[in-house]
Amino acid sequence: MDIPYAVEARRDTGLTNGKIGIWLFLASEVMLFGALFASYILIRTGSPSWPRGDTILSVPMATFNTLVLISSSVTMVMAWASLMRHRFETFRMYMGATILLGLVFLVVKYFEYSEHIHAGEVPSHSNFLAIYYTLTGLHMLHVAGGMAVNAYFWGPGAKLWKTNPEWFTNRVEHSGLFWHFVDLVWIFLFPTLYLL
Amino acid sequence: MDTTTTDHAADIDRHVRVYITVFASLMVLTIVTVGVSRFHFPVPVAVTLALLVATVKGTLVACYFMHLISEKKLIIAIMALTVVFFLVLVALPILTVSDGLGIHG
Amino acid sequence: MSDQAVVVPAHGAHEVHHHEDELGFWRKYVFSVDHKVIGIQYGVTGLLFLFFGFSLMMLMRWQLAYPGSALPTLGKLIGEARMPGGTIVPEFYNELGAMHGTIMVFLGVVPLAVGGFGNFVLPLQIGAPDMAFPKLNMASYWFFFLGGVTMLASFTAPGGAAQSGWTSYTPLSVIAGQGQTWWLVGMIFLITSSLLGAVNFITTTIQLRAKGLTFMRFPFFVWAQFVTAFLLLLAFPPLEAAGVMQLMDRIAGTSFFLPSGLVVSGQVIHNAGGGNPLLWQHLFWFLAHPEVYVLILPAMGIVAEVIANNTRKPLWGYRTMVYSVIFLGFMSFIVWAHHMFMTGMGTAMAAFFQTTTMIISIPSVAILTSLIISLWGGSIRFNTPMLFALAFLPMFGIGGLTGLPLGLNVADIPLHDTYYVIAHFHYVVAPGTIFALFAGIYYWFPKATGRKMNEMLGLIHFAGSFVCMNVIFMPMFLVGLAGVSRRLFDGGATYAFSQPVLHLNVVSSWGAWILALFQLPFIFNFFWSIWKGEQTDDNPWQATTLEWAAPSPPPHGNFLVVPEVHRGPYEYSVTGAARDFVPQSEA
Repeated sequence: MDIPYAVEARRDTGLTNGKIGIWLFLASEVMLFGALFASYILIRTGSPSWPRGDTILSVPMATFNTLVLISSSVTMVMAWASLMRHRFETFRMYMGATILLGLVFLVVKYFEYSEHIHAGEVPSHSNFLAIYYTLTGLHMLHVAGGMAVNAYFWGPGAKLWKTNPEWFTNRVEHSGLFWHFVDLVWIFLFPTLYLL
Repeated sequence: MDTTTTDHAADIDRHVRVYITVFASLMVLTIVTVGVSRFHFPVPVAVTLALLVATVKGTLVACYFMHLISEKKLIIAIMALTVVFFLVLVALPILTVSDGLGIHG
Repeated sequence: MSDQAVVVPAHGAHEVHHHEDELGFWRKYVFSVDHKVIGIQYGVTGLLFLFFGFSLMMLMRWQLAYPGSALPTLGKLIGEARMPGGTIVPEFYNELGAMHGTIMVFLGVVPLAVGGFGNFVLPLQIGAPDMAFPKLNMASYWFFFLGGVTMLASFTAPGGAAQSGWTSYTPLSVIAGQGQTWWLVGMIFLITSSLLGAVNFITTTIQLRAKGLTFMRFPFFVWAQFVTAFLLLLAFPPLEAAGVMQLMDRIAGTSFFLPSGLVVSGQVIHNAGGGNPLLWQHLFWFLAHPEVYVLILPAMGIVAEVIANNTRKPLWGYRTMVYSVIFLGFMSFIVWAHHMFMTGMGTAMAAFFQTTTMIISIPSVAILTSLIISLWGGSIRFNTPMLFALAFLPMFGIGGLTGLPLGLNVADIPLHDTYYVIAHFHYVVAPGTIFALFAGIYYWFPKATGRKMNEMLGLIHFAGSFVCMNVIFMPMFLVGLAGVSRRLFDGGATYAFSQPVLHLNVVSSWGAWILALFQLPFIFNFFWSIWKGEQTDDNPWQATTLEWAAPSPPPHGNFLVVPEVHRGPYEYSVTGAARDFVPQSEA
């Protein structure tokens, strides 16, 4: 039994099921991170003192990571655009780049976390660190999840291109939307935690 | 933008030009926000500036990478509603614990 | 083969092919992606949890009626740790209370109302072959199942299950025993289940509705589930975040919710401090307020369907009801701090939340009033579903009206955290929502099985439940007004001001135990009717909505002929029509 509008858009809404589904999921993610931002505000304003981000965290590393993530967003959207232009090999190149850039982000975060942990700056040490680890940790999980999905579409999932290129393109687009969202969260996370 | 909409090569070319422009803007804005933070403005000013830049960057990502600017109204409506609730969640708790909000007046 | 309901395939309607793949037992009945099977899984699991959660309460009511006395037989079974000599210890009482609330709300009512009825009925009522994402639907159920198992397993944790209320207020919950950690993990599974389900419901409703089924032709049940899905989607994530933070406080030693200088039983807690217990309350209630609308909206949807059908009239004020439910959904996100009036907020914010709370009562009243006026001039059929639906109206009325003083911040001062609150919300959920859910079970049972449940047993179930519910909860208003706080281990026995109302605890307890007895005819009826119930055709209630155009039970893919919709959902007693109802799919 086929579910209608999985691949071709429904005429009156102009949308496929997956497109609506991914945006709804992103809406819930906005609220998830929103709760953590709300927590940050409440905890910070309730603290007698709060360190400026750059006194504890490494701005150079995070700035580099910001540029990495932004670049990965570009490669992601180029990956999708390549599929729209029916250039499969170019898609693989851009998607591969996206995954690699994601990996770079994670590696940098690993070094960041290691530095702090070795200095005894663990979550229980202060609320600044607690919210830092929670926000960046949750974000990191999302990066890893996005990478896993992207890797699937780069690797084993790519055979769908041969049997149903339209569906494959849509799914890559949806995965891209999730990836851009992860970038978007970081765009707010970075100044909040590191620069203020 | 699903594949059922017009996806002629020229369209995509135009989109790619936009992507590159947005990419460049995002890089510049990142440098700007880091640069501004070096001035160590008082916290309320620093927060306002940082959020302003972040909002611009975020809007660019949402509108152009995520194609929200040309998305169907339904999607835009759902996200707009979500943003409203996001703002409620972020703003209201702090207002309830802002000691004396209303107590003295 | 049961008779098919009158379905005249309209011009342009097309056949749907049904390839009944030979699925093994496991893929067909356990790991099914069919929304009907998943709906029944949710429904049965939900009902089991409802009865279990009710049993926890029946135990609590022993302690409340006869504080400190030994419970024969059962006391020994539960063991010396929790019931030494057969008497309930305070920790066990708290365990029962916290888990009763958690189980009833998250494992009982919502899975039944949304997971059960939503899954089973919604695709059928919009003329769809299934949900938009069948595999995701199956995943939702199994996350719920995992969450349920985790919650049940938590009773085996050293120190017992969660004991800090279903509300898990910090810092108490942070320093509580291991059971609380299980609770948090269980909640994360349950929240994930709900989020996946919400995505499915919204997408399905928008995309898979039949041709001609515009939004303003939706049965009200569909609107109710649609708005409910948005509440789940946007309100649950903050609780998920809060749950993660509480887990970190408990396991990673953070102080999100632990204030500085905390002293527990004379011991200073060595933590970084600087945390805010109110942060937990904000994040919790941001979800938990919309959650109560998640509890009531599907119920209103069911009642609307049953009333329209059994008055043989269209619903009065359909448009008003639709706009009201949308407005209600929106407002539900900006009232939550009326649960926090006593936390020291300033008068400006208290006034804000009081105002939004008063405003939100308007759409509630509009919906209730429309349902009541819908009865006027109707040819009322008093079958079992209708009895429960009719009873819902005054019961929800009482529940809703008694909420008003709680929503006014000054009136809330003497009422907050008393038995008045318990009475208020139980009226809404117990003889409110649960009655609506019973109505739904009796109403849609023929669609799921091709047989009707027995009416005499239904009448007994109804009459006994209706009387007992009021015997349990009406006295609680008086107990609360006398000043007795909730969650007191002895029901207030140690306080002088409680003495005049203490006997009412006995009344409520007996009401509860007898209520349990009146569920037996229902349980028997349910199972007996599956095999021996009176066989019916596809549309035994002569209803108009699309689900009745499918066979009973519907096959995989639901409709033999894909319906096309040409009219509104409640075309009953249309002048000039051949019968007193015109199905929505009729040309």
